[in-house]
Amino acid sequence: MSVRGLVSAPARVKRGDVFEVKTLVAHPMETGFRPGFDGRLIPRDIITRLTVSFDGAELFAMEMSPAIAANPYVAFPLTLEKGGVLTVEWRGDNGFVAEARIAITVE
Amino acid sequence: MRAALVLLLVSLAAETAAQDARRSGYAEMGPALRAMQDDDAANPASLWVLEGSTLWNARDNAGLRACADCHGAPETMQGVAARYPAFDAKRAGAVDLAGRIEECRTERQQAPPFGRETRPLLALEALVARQSRGVPIASDPALAEVASVGQTLWRQRIGQLDLSCAQCHDDRAGLRLGGTPIPQAHATAYPVYRLEWQGLGSLQRRLRNCMTGVRAAPYAFGSPEYLALEVFLARRSAGMPHEGPGVRP
Repeated sequence: MSVRGLVSAPARVKRGDVFEVKTLVAHPMETGFRPGFDGRLIPRDIITRLTVSFDGAELFAMEMSPAIAANPYVAFPLTLEKGGVLTVEWRGDNGFVAEARIAITVE
Repeated sequence: MRAALVLLLVSLAAETAAQDARRSGYAEMGPALRAMQDDDAANPASLWVLEGSTLWNARDNAGLRACADCHGAPETMQGVAARYPAFDAKRAGAVDLAGRIEECRTERQQAPPFGRETRPLLALEALVARQSRGVPIASDPALAEVASVGQTLWRQRIGQLDLSCAQCHDDRAGLRLGGTPIPQAHATAYPVYRLEWQGLGSLQRRLRNCMTGVRAAPYAFGSPEYLALEVFLARRSAGMPHEGPGVRP
């Protein structure tokens, strides 16, 4: 599976304007508290950290918990002084890694 | 003559009014969920569409054709999902979209079938359904017989609760069941991302959901009974715009 994460933002923005970035990732977010059909607990399998960086510099990171639903959707406002590549990375249990990038031009 | 014409006009108007009374599950949802379905960046079904477009170009067995090798770009499938289930001469009966994809896979691609409700099959269904957004749902006239079987099943009381589909979704649509609004059950947005499922599922899964809800033994996936119900529902929703892949609570 190459594509697991989606990030969307306007391709062109005006300098200083606030716009919304939306991210979506395919993940079951198994809490670790649910019993399976055999009555045993299904082991926890969640995304633990979302990292957003711009041209290699980290903008912010977010800790994720079992209370977050499957296929987490995270949106945040952003304003840019110059264009570049926005990278969103999801890391989680069992070595889960997904990444999505989007190029944004500032005019 | 004039009286007959007036009568015809009146009956036409009544028919239009009856059609206007049909409401997609979309209309019953709150603004947040509607926005979620409308925005591809927020609609979780987009993840399946994306996966589907990878599969569309994938050659599973070395040397064999990918979907794209015969069909071209996914956009060529515009309107296809809106006219399924369709009549299939070979089966002399109905085939739904999942059935058609599986057939293509086993016969043309010579690959093992994915199996109903598996992630890759749903991903391809979502990709094909995505191309039919806004296309009016059509029902194949050749399937009239299957549709009437479906209608019989629709009205058949089943399960320990002894309820038929029609009792809720025809007679009590718009009322509430345990606090949840009862929709008119128009199959306009399948495969659908259900928040309750936290995933994408087909119309058959949704039917299964209702069957276990009234404590009836559900049919097997791909069974003629489910197909007949799918055909009947397509007929019932004919003319309404396809919204697939949609979002439902």
